[in-house]
Amino acid sequence: MNDLLQVVDWSRAQFALTAIYHWLFVPLTLGLGILCAVMETIYVRTGNDFWKRTTKFWLRLFGINFAIGVATGIILEFEFGTNWSNYSHFVGDIFGAPLAIEGIMAFFMESTFVAVVFFGWNKVSKGFHLASTWLTAIGANISALWILVANSWMQYPVGCTFNLDTVRNEMTSFWDVLLSPVAVNKFTHTVTSSFVLAAIFVMGVSAWYLLKKRETEMAKKSIMLASAFGLVFSLITALTGDRSGAIVAEVQPMKLAAMEALYDGEEGAELVIAGIMRPEEQRTGNDDAFHFKIAVPKMLSIMSYRDADAYVAGINDLVNGNPEHGIMSAAEKMERGRVAIAELARYRDAKLAGDEETINEIRAEFDPETEEGQEFLSNYFAYFGYGYLNSPEDTVPNVPLLFWMFRIMVGLGTFFVLLCGAMLWAAYKDRLERCPWLLWAAIFSVPLAYLAGQAGWCVAEVGRQPWVIQNLMPTSIAASQIGSGAVITTFFIFLALFSVLLAAELRIMFKQISIGPDKE
Amino acid sequence: MNRRKNNGDSHPDMANMLTRIYGFYRDGFREMRVGRTLWAIIIIKLFIMFAILKLFFFRDPLAGKTEAQRADAVIENITNINI
Repeated sequence: MNDLLQVVDWSRAQFALTAIYHWLFVPLTLGLGILCAVMETIYVRTGNDFWKRTTKFWLRLFGINFAIGVATGIILEFEFGTNWSNYSHFVGDIFGAPLAIEGIMAFFMESTFVAVVFFGWNKVSKGFHLASTWLTAIGANISALWILVANSWMQYPVGCTFNLDTVRNEMTSFWDVLLSPVAVNKFTHTVTSSFVLAAIFVMGVSAWYLLKKRETEMAKKSIMLASAFGLVFSLITALTGDRSGAIVAEVQPMKLAAMEALYDGEEGAELVIAGIMRPEEQRTGNDDAFHFKIAVPKMLSIMSYRDADAYVAGINDLVNGNPEHGIMSAAEKMERGRVAIAELARYRDAKLAGDEETINEIRAEFDPETEEGQEFLSNYFAYFGYGYLNSPEDTVPNVPLLFWMFRIMVGLGTFFVLLCGAMLWAAYKDRLERCPWLLWAAIFSVPLAYLAGQAGWCVAEVGRQPWVIQNLMPTSIAASQIGSGAVITTFFIFLALFSVLLAAELRIMFKQISIGPDKE
Repeated sequence: MNRRKNNGDSHPDMANMLTRIYGFYRDGFREMRVGRTLWAIIIIKLFIMFAILKLFFFRDPLAGKTEAQRADAVIENITNINI
């Protein structure tokens, strides 16, 4: 049992490490590809060689990031099979299908056209080269779509039914999985935030050139383009983030309550902008959750339900239940989950004993086509994962981590809107060189953009705990029954491998930035 | 007549196209500057991932089992837990 706990903890640490490093490479690929395609479009439309040189320079940085980051995500798929085999089997084709589509799309679109992008200058027509650049950029973003669809299903499992015999969730509606509100919003929020990161990267590198008084024309025009791009997409990211809050309130109320450190639900709930939290053992309700806080009255109700007086459930309501607001206690859900697990165990035993009567009885309970099945599935199997929890308090994720990560993400997102707006204004008025503080702000914002992305993922994934699949499977049950030694060893191998890759990326990237664009 | 002529020409066309594609990649790789370092990194990375990690560390505990055996193993794992 102790070793299983170690396997779970180390597997989680390993997955988090791999995902964090992978996400250092991905967002720049998603956004910079589109920016390069826009630059090349300007070149093809105007015929101005300045834009060709500019496009080639940014494509070179895109290529470095693409080459070093490519295939780092495959390690996550290794981990699914080895460390999370119960989960991988349980999710079945729902997770497998989007990942397979992603693999094919990534291979055929990106790898085919990326060669034309880098080798094809002066060898293929301008139009074909431009189309290849767009297809590479779009291909990368479509690849991200499938990964995000799979991740969204973990947050909001829809479009599926559980097969007792295969012990798999099977997809019943591809469109429900693809177009679930969580999937649509997660894709738009993640991709647009990646565009903002790329815009800040371009602004930061260009700002460095301006401070060094080098490549001034390229730097100014790149800033003009990137700041407009960044401003538009940072506003869209804010809108999709707002929509995310409303969706989370609906489908993952505990995540919302933990993000807001809201212990007691209330009508007209306030939004805490910042605060100093008390130690966990002293936090029993809203009144003693903070030593000090700055809050906006009713804002959380507005953001969650578009109604200033709407009731927002708190952690205590979700743990202990609140009959007045129709909230079932976690203890009741645990009881129901245990009934579902016991029925699954009874089915296993009946199959071993060849007891057809029991087999048919339990099959009817799990059959969504019958009234009896619908009742059992919605009243018991819907809480399947709760049956594995040891106490109702296990349903609460890490409150301080979520509270602060959410504020880091939103705070930086707001700052990026202002930064892009200020850079656009300064570029438009040709005042960039007279505002060195703004140029330095752009440079220092590059790591902040990465921090915002990581904080966003932390909110999404830590906020999902204790679930690997919301309400259906806790993380502890998803892990494989393997020895912890191999997981610990590979954790440190990954730490070393990814650190070397990151160091290589930074070294090559800094060198190429220092060299600058090709001479005219 | 036309069909025969097209059949006769298709092989040189195909060969010509493959030669051009080969030349495209060959010249592209030859002209690379930063790319050579990047390719070296990609190859080393893929070698570590597939020839070392996948082969020695990342074995699927359910690999090699039939679908029914996989289902049996998972149902055993998720129902034999002390609650």
